[in-house]
Amino acid sequence: MRIGVTYDILRWEERDILEKGRRMGMEVIPIHLDEVIFSMDGNGVKSQTLGEMDSIIQRSISHTRAYLTSALMESAGYMVFNGSSTIERAGNKAIASSLLSSRGVPTPKTVVGLQREVALKAAHTLGFPVVIKPVEGSWGRMTAKAEDEDSLWSFMEYQEGTSLKYRNVFYLQQFIRKPGRDIRVFVIGDEVPVGIYRINDSNWRTNTALGAKAEPVDINSELRDLALKAREVFGGIFLGIDVFEDPKEGYLVNEVNTVPEYKNTARVTGYDITGTLLTKLREASRK
Amino acid sequence: MAQLKCPICGGQVSVEDDALPGELVEHECGAQLEVFKKNETLSLRLAEEVGEDWGE
Repeated sequence: MRIGVTYDILRWEERDILEKGRRMGMEVIPIHLDEVIFSMDGNGVKSQTLGEMDSIIQRSISHTRAYLTSALMESAGYMVFNGSSTIERAGNKAIASSLLSSRGVPTPKTVVGLQREVALKAAHTLGFPVVIKPVEGSWGRMTAKAEDEDSLWSFMEYQEGTSLKYRNVFYLQQFIRKPGRDIRVFVIGDEVPVGIYRINDSNWRTNTALGAKAEPVDINSELRDLALKAREVFGGIFLGIDVFEDPKEGYLVNEVNTVPEYKNTARVTGYDITGTLLTKLREASRK
Repeated sequence: MAQLKCPICGGQVSVEDDALPGELVEHECGAQLEVFKKNETLSLRLAEEVGEDWGE
């Protein structure tokens, strides 16, 4: 079995996939996306730089490159995990929230507006404080809590002054009073084998990239069902699903990550995420 | 070990022979460097700061 791993920066996860895959008897080929060329004409899409592959794992650190190259590799006939449709829909928070809501998956109340005054007015339906996030982005970057209308106005002004693609789209969410932590669970194939609490007592943003501590979580049936329901919405073979515990409403799916990092989860749980991922990939490639 | 040149300070940087493009290397001058391929040989460039669309 020959599996490609497309990437930009070789992180712990990509290295582990290369090493474990080889130990599992697979031919695992690192594909640095800088070196890939696609050519297209009346006879279809080809990439000589990729060559023959049974399947490809998308591990680009850039949402834009992950989406684009997954789409082009699919057009060239490759089986890619996660595919472009999964990456596109989950990577855009406005689209992801709308899909979760429309499919009945519990998620924080959210408003999306395209104009500052209109979005500000809509924020009152959520009640302050509200959380403002860039429509695309990760690791808690530029995510801010606005305590009142005045600070929200300023945050929106700052956002408009950035070079973000969606700088004029305001994604506002109810502030969930989390118990100093959130939950990250991993869907691998059709299983939810592992997850962590991400604990931060000093910052309401519980991203591990911002210093949250990881601890293993027992995945109960409710969490498992919720994660699998989210997978039904977005598809994909490997998802990192962020879940909030709301004191009144219970579990809420906040975000779905389609190229999830899992170094901390593997470290604190001892679970072999890479091995399970490669096993599922092998099964999917044979279908 | 391959000996490459730091693009920031010009000093020598030791990199494993089987290093891959995209690997990050911390140099003693403080620069975070990224291995990349230039004309089929490994070279070093200043690693990109976190991009706007980077993440999970």
